[in-house]
Order: sequence, then C-alpha cells, then structure tokens
Amino acid sequence: MSILLGSTIKVIVQGITGKAGGFHAAQMLEYGTPVVAGVTPGRGGERWEKKLPIFDSVAEAAEKTGATATGIFVPAPFGADAILEAAAAGLELIVVITEGIPARDMARVKRLVRQVSPLKNGPVIIGPNGPGLITPGQAKIGIMPGYIHTPGPVGLVSRSGTLTYEAVWQLTQRGLGQSTCVGIGGDSIPGTGFIEVLERFEKDPATKAVVLIGEIGGSAEEAAADYIREHFSKPVVAFVAGATAPKEKRMGHAGAVIAQGQGTHESKIKALKAAGVSIARNPSDIGETMAELFQNKDLIPALQ
Amino acid sequence: MRLLEHQAKKQFAAWGIPIPASALYRAALSVPALKKKLGSFPWILKAQVYAGGRGKGGGIQKIKSGGELRTKARQLLGRPLITPQTGSDGVPVRSLLVEQGLTIQKEFYVSVLLDRTLGRPIVVASGEGGMSVEELAAERPEAILRLPFDPLVGLLPFEARRIAKGIGIPKAHLASAEKQLIALAAGFLASDASLAEINPWALTKEKGLLALDAKLTIDDSALYRQPALNPLKTADADSPAEAKSRRIGINYVGLDGTVGCMVNGAGLAMATMDLIKLHGGSPANFLDVGGGANVDQVREAFKLILSDKKVRAVLVNIFGGIMKCDVVAQGIIQAARTIRIGVPLVVRLEGTNVERGMEMLNRSGLGLITASDMNDAAQKVVQAAAP
Repeated sequence: MSILLGSTIKVIVQGITGKAGGFHAAQMLEYGTPVVAGVTPGRGGERWEKKLPIFDSVAEAAEKTGATATGIFVPAPFGADAILEAAAAGLELIVVITEGIPARDMARVKRLVRQVSPLKNGPVIIGPNGPGLITPGQAKIGIMPGYIHTPGPVGLVSRSGTLTYEAVWQLTQRGLGQSTCVGIGGDSIPGTGFIEVLERFEKDPATKAVVLIGEIGGSAEEAAADYIREHFSKPVVAFVAGATAPKEKRMGHAGAVIAQGQGTHESKIKALKAAGVSIARNPSDIGETMAELFQNKDLIPALQ
Repeated sequence: MRLLEHQAKKQFAAWGIPIPASALYRAALSVPALKKKLGSFPWILKAQVYAGGRGKGGGIQKIKSGGELRTKARQLLGRPLITPQTGSDGVPVRSLLVEQGLTIQKEFYVSVLLDRTLGRPIVVASGEGGMSVEELAAERPEAILRLPFDPLVGLLPFEARRIAKGIGIPKAHLASAEKQLIALAAGFLASDASLAEINPWALTKEKGLLALDAKLTIDDSALYRQPALNPLKTADADSPAEAKSRRIGINYVGLDGTVGCMVNGAGLAMATMDLIKLHGGSPANFLDVGGGANVDQVREAFKLILSDKKVRAVLVNIFGGIMKCDVVAQGIIQAARTIRIGVPLVVRLEGTNVERGMEMLNRSGLGLITASDMNDAAQKVVQAAAP
C-alpha cells in the first residue's frame, strides 16, 4: 500500500524533450514507473528515444494513453500553464519538479485549478520546486535517486529535496523502509501542504509512522502540528531546518525566509513538540529517532 | 529582491500613490535648487539602506539649514549605520534621500503580501502605523485588519472602502484611501511583488494621505518578466560576496562564523549549518550550489567560500541526486589548481557517482579529511576550525 502513487498509475512527462525531462523520464522508466507518453507543444507525432509517443497537448496524450498522472519538467515561465493544462485534461496527480515558478503564477493556479478541472475535487498538485514523489519498489514521479529507498512502513513528507534523501538514506540503513515519500517543495505557495499529505498517511494502513521535514518560513509546520494534535494517530518524527538561519534572508528556497517575524525555527519546534511529535534536533539523528520510536511503540512487527 | 526606499517610492508614485517631494542627495546640489523642489525647511534626510529600524539607528535626521544638510550627510555617508535589524557591524550607507518635512496628523499601516496559507494576495492594514508590524502583531493583534483578494481581478472598490473605514481613515480622506489601496494592490500584482508596504501611511496637514515610507520586495523568480526592475538586482546584496554569488548563479548568504560550507540543496545546506552549531562551531555561510551545478559553478563557489578571511575550515556536504559527486570533486580540484587552499577541508559525499568522486579527491593529493556521514563530517570540521 501507499499514497497517491502506485505501480499501476500511467504517467506522462511534460517537457520530455528537454534535458531534465528526458533524463528523468528514462530514470523513472528504469525504476519501473509506467511512463506512457511525453508532451511537448509542436513536437506531436514524434517519438521520444524511439520508445514513447510525443503529443502536442496533455488532453491528447491522456485520451490516447489513459494516463492519469504527470511529471512537469518545463521551464519556469511555462510552469503555471503546464499545470493548468494538465488539470483541464482531467489528470488526477500533477507532480511539478520545475523550480522558479513565480509566486503570482501559483496564486493564479490555486485560484483556477478547480474551475478548469473536470474532477469534482480537482487534481492533487505536488510541488513545485520539489523532488517529486516515490512509492519505493513501485514507481516514482520525480528526480530522487531510486536506490536509496526501500519499501516499508515509514511515510515521509518534506519541503526539501536533498535533505529528504539524507533522511531516507538514514532510514534505509537502519532497515526502516518507506511507504511513500512526498516532496511538497520549497516554494512559498505549494500545490499541496503537509496536512493534505498527512491525511492520506492517516488513512493508509501500510504507513505506521511518519517523518516530517520542515524548514523556516511561513506557518505550514505550525498548521501541521495543530492537525497532528487533533487528528493524527500515528507517531511522527520531525526535523526543522534553519535553526541558525538569519532573519529576512532567503535561504535558497523561495519559501525559506523569516519575514516580518513570521516563520521562525523556535515557533515551529514549539508547535510540533506541543503536538507530541518527536523532534530530531540533529539532522543526522532522523533515522535513529524513528528507530527508537519503533522500539518504544512496539511497531517492530510492522517491519517483518 | 528588495528595493531601497527611493526606488520603491518611484514605483509607488508611478502606480498613483502620493509621496512627499524628494531628491536624491548629491554634494553638488545647491540649496536654492533643493528649496525649489522641497519647499522651505525643515527637510528630512534619510539613509537609503535595506534594513528597517533606521530611525532608531540615527539614519533619519531633521534638517533645518543648508549647513546642517552638508554636515549630517557627510556623517551618514561616512560610517556604517547600525539599526536593530542590522548586525553589530551595521551596513554602509551609499545614498541619501532628502524629503520635504511634513506635519503628521495620524499614522496608518498598510501592506500587500502573499498569504502563504491561502495562496492568495492579502491586504494587511492598521490604524496604528509607525511601529513595525511585528511589534503591532505581538502587542495589539486586534488592531490589524486582514483581507484576502482575488489575484485575477485585484482589490475591488468595496473591499478597499471596507479596509479604509475599518482602520479609521477620516471621512474627508476615504476616497483618496480607496484609490491608493486599489493602486497598491494593482501595483503589487503587476510588479510581481512579494511585499509592498507603506508604513507610515501618513495623514499630513500639507498633502493629505501619502506614503511617508515605502518598502517593496520583488519575487526573484519573476524578475525575468520585470525588465524595468531587473537592473536593480545587482545592487541588492549585503556584501560583495553575495553580489558575486548572484553572478555565479548560486545561493549564498554570508554569516559571522568560521566554518565555510558547500552543500547541494537548500534544506540540506541549512541542516548542515545547524549541525555545525550543534557541535559547537559556527557556520561562515549558507551556500547551496543547486541541483544541476556544473564544474565551473562548483569551482567558483569554492573560491567564494575561501575569499572569506574568517573561514578556518571548509565542509563540503553533498548528497548527489541530479548533482553527481564526481562533478563536485572535479570542481574542487580545479579550484585548488588556481588558488591555494590554506585551510583544512572536510568532505562528505553520498549518492550518485560517490565512488568515482571520492577516488578523484583521494588521488588529487589535496590532503583532505574524509567523513563517513554528515555527523562525522560536522564533528571533524568543527575540530579543524577550532583556534
């Protein structure tokens, strides 16, 4: 079991003829993901690497292949349009890897996405500016190195890319596999927040515990803490990056900035602690903290 | 990207928001010419720096004569300005704004920003302007009014009126306030701002309601479609090193410590800084070389770290995904050929092509210290940087 992504979901890649899109389409296929087509406007009718058909539009690709998910690798100025095009074509899962989509464009996407989608609740948008998502052993839509993952009971949700790889690697080395790992991305307006992902982990019987990786900026961790306290029944380990980050400075990610006194590390840790979350102060202790939790909570059978 | 007050005011004025008469200070300016523009004394001389809290640091001065203007301008330009928002070293003052002095009757607060939770733009306003919104939020949260608006249509007139009335704008100025609020929201959207703030939004005896101060921050991701604002970007750097990092195309923030850091990914870079601190050291910088950095960028990033004279040891922490470990190794080796690395170098590589990268570094004869994991690396680098 898993959330959002399983081995049977057909996937298209928007921007497959670009360098990043092509490289990662190949990696996704190699991991076993059913990538069925690519989309690049103006290149319809061609074949990608002699393997997959290329279509001019997402609607055409979805209709001809039955795909319900997409990975978006288009350049940032075209990111918002690519998302809305996928939504309008009725896709259910839209994973946006593209970095640098303007915040105003994401505000427009948020405003329009349900309007253009034929689905009752609209699609799930993961990202932008994240590593994507992976259900180990089944499929991945994203750019994470596959080999560091292993199937298992720990769900992971994160605003970071490489820090997520670090945490996954620690888990894998301790024999703790992952159910699904979701990178919600480092932008200030993510398509999906912590809470929507946690709701899915709560319902997923294969997920026995969750690692949450946050960082300074915004109040998503505080909101997640409220949700965990009220509604989440599984144990959570959290690490929040940026204890040493100065105020009013953007730390790489568009969303990682303490602005107008909002988004401090202390505030996030305080909220998560109050919600009963186990805090890893040391980023190299994320795996160990989870391993201890499994011992203390008698979750060991979940590993067998 | 942040704008200085005078740059922000120029934008606000173009959007239709009234500002005081003003001029950028130059030593060659004649007092009679300034008088023609600003009217009679007093004038206000304002240091143009990005940091807030200028008044508390002596960065805003009342001017009563031509002689005083020259003396105070020389003083301000001659030494760094220390405010509650700068470090103890302060920031250099490179330009000054001279403005007409106005009689302030009441101060309001207004800003437009993106509400991250809602994913929508929002107007934040208060009848208690002047102090920072952080202080206001902490002391009198009930005095702050928030109103999200539709990014597709902008702020509607009735919404603007609700805000103006809600914060107690006097009747005679409601129409002006409504117009200014709509203009601020429209300008915010059109310029891809992440913050447009007027504080104080002052009611003056001479010119009615106007922007006495102005703050404008533009979304870096949108600069490509803001050709008028893009040229201001190189100016917004707190240090020459930060300016250089922009040219290289990497994310760099200078800090006070002694351990230089080179990491891929913003989250891992912050976590690495935190880990150095946990082990009793202090990071000299935040540096994210990014996901797809090439050899040139790694080499230049490495040289940038070493150009900081405070650095006593360097930690390279790479978890290769798209970024390949051998590319990092090659960049470090190239940098070492062009400059002398006079400090200990601790390297932790993991992920894509890790074996090849480590082999290249080991064969290079650079005498680096390798680490088995992130924790080990941080411990070793803190030890190496100890005085």
